[in-house]
Amino acid sequence: MSLTIFALVALFFIIVYQIAKASEYAGLLRGEEKVKAQTNRVMAWLLLSFFILGVWGIWQCNDALIGRMLPESASKQGVNYDNMFAITLLATGIVFFATQALLFWFAFRYQSTETRTAFYYPHNNKLELLWTTVPAIVMAILVAIGLKNWYAITSTAPSNAQVVEIIGKQFNWLIRYPGADGELGKRNFRLINDANNVLGLDTNDKHNHDDIVNQSGELHLVKGTPVKLIIGSRDVIHDVGLPHFRYKMDAVPGITTSIWFTPSISTREMKEKTNNPNFVYEISCDQMCGKGHYSMRGTVIVHDTQAELDAWFKAQTPDYVTNFGPKTPVKDTASAKPAAGSGKDTAKTISMK
Amino acid sequence: MSHGHMAHADHHVHPNDLDHHGAHDGHDHHEPHFIFKYIFSQDHKYIAKQFLVTGIIWAIIGALFSVFFRLQLGWPDKTFPILETFLGDWAKGGKLSPEFYYALVTMHGTILVFFVLTAGLSGTFANLLIPLQVGARDMASPFMNMLSYWFFFAASIFMFVSLFVQTGPAAGGWTTYPPLSALKEASLGSGVGMDLWIVGMALFVVSSLLGGLNYVSTVLNMRTKGMSMTRLPLTVWALFFTATLGILSFPVLFSGFVLLIFDRSFGTSFYLSEIFINGHALPHVGGSAILYQHLFWFLGHPEVYIIMLPGMGMASEILSTNSRKPIFGYFAMIISLIGITVLAFLVWAHHMFVTGMSPFLGSIFVLLTLLIAVPSAVKVFNWLTTIWRGNIRFTVGMLFAIGFVSLFISGGLTGLFLGNSALDIQLHDTYFVVAHFHIVMGVSAFFGMFAGIYHWYPKFYGRFMNNTLGYIHFWITFVGAYLIFWPMHYEGIAGMPRRYYDYSAWESFKQFVSLNEFISIVVIIVFFAQLLFVVNFFTSIWKGRKMTNQNPWGGTTLEWTTPIRGIHGNWPGEIPTVYRWAYDYKDDGNGGDFVAQNIPLREGEEGH
Repeated sequence: MSLTIFALVALFFIIVYQIAKASEYAGLLRGEEKVKAQTNRVMAWLLLSFFILGVWGIWQCNDALIGRMLPESASKQGVNYDNMFAITLLATGIVFFATQALLFWFAFRYQSTETRTAFYYPHNNKLELLWTTVPAIVMAILVAIGLKNWYAITSTAPSNAQVVEIIGKQFNWLIRYPGADGELGKRNFRLINDANNVLGLDTNDKHNHDDIVNQSGELHLVKGTPVKLIIGSRDVIHDVGLPHFRYKMDAVPGITTSIWFTPSISTREMKEKTNNPNFVYEISCDQMCGKGHYSMRGTVIVHDTQAELDAWFKAQTPDYVTNFGPKTPVKDTASAKPAAGSGKDTAKTISMK
Repeated sequence: MSHGHMAHADHHVHPNDLDHHGAHDGHDHHEPHFIFKYIFSQDHKYIAKQFLVTGIIWAIIGALFSVFFRLQLGWPDKTFPILETFLGDWAKGGKLSPEFYYALVTMHGTILVFFVLTAGLSGTFANLLIPLQVGARDMASPFMNMLSYWFFFAASIFMFVSLFVQTGPAAGGWTTYPPLSALKEASLGSGVGMDLWIVGMALFVVSSLLGGLNYVSTVLNMRTKGMSMTRLPLTVWALFFTATLGILSFPVLFSGFVLLIFDRSFGTSFYLSEIFINGHALPHVGGSAILYQHLFWFLGHPEVYIIMLPGMGMASEILSTNSRKPIFGYFAMIISLIGITVLAFLVWAHHMFVTGMSPFLGSIFVLLTLLIAVPSAVKVFNWLTTIWRGNIRFTVGMLFAIGFVSLFISGGLTGLFLGNSALDIQLHDTYFVVAHFHIVMGVSAFFGMFAGIYHWYPKFYGRFMNNTLGYIHFWITFVGAYLIFWPMHYEGIAGMPRRYYDYSAWESFKQFVSLNEFISIVVIIVFFAQLLFVVNFFTSIWKGRKMTNQNPWGGTTLEWTTPIRGIHGNWPGEIPTVYRWAYDYKDDGNGGDFVAQNIPLREGEEGH
């Protein structure tokens, strides 16, 4: 089969090549000047047609794809992004159509003819000044809008923000909630143990004792309450991508990064808005991190009310209790291997979900 | 090219004065040995061809890789026996393994950005055009020039070999960020393949520096009588600034690589801190992965202008020649080149807006990045005004030059979205970025390269490329490129991440399955159109229509005053003296529509 395809392709090439060679000879016979003039006319028409078809194509492409874009921003702050994008699109769109139209129109309009002579016009400083200052002013406006939004995005999170930690690793997200005491306990990468301490929680720090760890990358938030994400990585650079909320931030080993936003549309509401019962907010890894980069999928559940979120929290067992608490009667299969890494006294190894 | 009798020109610096091993001693006129004439040639015209042909070979490989990974992207649930034919175990059962998908993506970027669009573009045209257009017998140091090609060749060997090692070539993206690229445990591609990649790149940097220093010296020191800097063609100005960009930024990249080698093999922690991988906590503490990004992008951003500028210079030349009109705003074009060159060094961190950098620092980079749009806009307006009221002749080179402008407009404008950090937060690492840089680099810069190849082919080989094939090549590539990359913007706006092997499991991105298939189909067609170009290029060397006129395009610049068959030393007699700027496309009083640079002023004519 491959051989047949190769042969067909080779045959196609040979045919095209021969036609091209023949056309060169035919051109020589007919007289080079005449051929050049005719070719020139054809190319001029093709360029003009390209532009016209191109604009039509842009229209068609937009029609085909506009329905597959993101729904409205699921964060309060993301609305600013959408507005800013629209303004930038308007400005660049005007420039795009104007310049492309001129390019292709001039190419067609000033094609070489028997009688035309070019107009010797080497420079015009007034024009240069004009089209230097106008773009500069437009840029300044775009910068002003952009920086206003940038400072808002990078501002300090409000004090009532829910704090959640997301740590990336090859190839899934680990999410930690601060629990009832509202504080995340200390982590130490040297304490990490994939069997019973995936985040390296320092068990000496009491704040860790009520922290809830979720290894399936499920981020639980509530509509209307700002959330501050503390982001980090265990191994290589990852990135917490939240396209519906219009945010992302790199997860870098050795430092923590942070973003905050206020979810404004709950998962249930978004399911209705998009008419898609399978809808779910997803976390995508947005920095190349190895062979599983494309499979680092997390989810975001935005609850309608705080009560719902609280109920979910209540149903979780703190990581410390599961891995280091007093021995509980074994419900499911427990690994026979003894725990390692923490150096403390015995702890049963129970497989996490 | 025969040595010929070198007349006693005003030639001051003998090309071989700087040689230690004077392989070719210009004072005795016997034929140099085959090895020194055709392999270790020190003739700039020959070296240009070496760069060009090597670049074309790499381009086929890099493009072929994109066809392979687009098969995966277009048809994620199908298998292709042809993949297994080419790639063996890396595509068992006809499906690319994820590791090798990432290796292909990585090498595609590395090969095309560095080996094709830098060496194959700057190396080729700086070598061909600088000595000819400034009026010099050869480069300032033909020996260093020869070395610059052979270091490039050595770099190519290492890169090529890395494709075949057992653990595979580098696979962390062409940007090779640590810790992924520093830790063998993090990825198969971070094993031997990464070591070879770094060595290859280090040799590449040496090659670039050897070339760049030569180009700058030649432009500054070896211009012929009357060729003041302000009479230089814009091609030379563009290549001059390209070389400057490279000389000042490649060494920083080199330092980034040195530190990476140390982290990989000598236990240092420049980029590494607090890492737990493969069941172990690593001992490294205190380093910063972001440091690498600064060192990389300090080159990385000037690099994209190194890629763009030669095309800009050549497009200026080709648009002007084929419109029979001067380039509009010659001085404004030079100033905008200066603006772009200076600003290119000041915007690198716009690639790092989401690394957690200080917001204040981010805002500085936003300002500088959007500033660089201004000189770029000026250039576009000047090109438009150049063809306005011209007398346009659509040679294949001219079509590619027009396409270059169209694509630069399209790709450049999306840069305004990405350079504004508040928008970049959403668009970073999505297909919006992929669309942007492909349109500017992958297509626009390539169109500059094609325009140059078709336009100056007679100077390379004394023949013309086949026009029919050329026109077919142009139209398929121009239409195809827009079909491929325009819709990608939509994918990016929808948040679809780049560098993903498969989108089927993602609720948010799986709606683009049919679009990805469409794009892959167009990619395959456009790839074959490039093969058409390659066939045209090579067959025309021996079978192309011969040049009968020394100046087929009616150009004003000095390369068209040399004999049809290039000779060592370029001009058989004295080097021409220059009396005017490079754009006197005007009535010559004799029925012609241009006056070449080496024609003296007529009575009463004002100089320029």
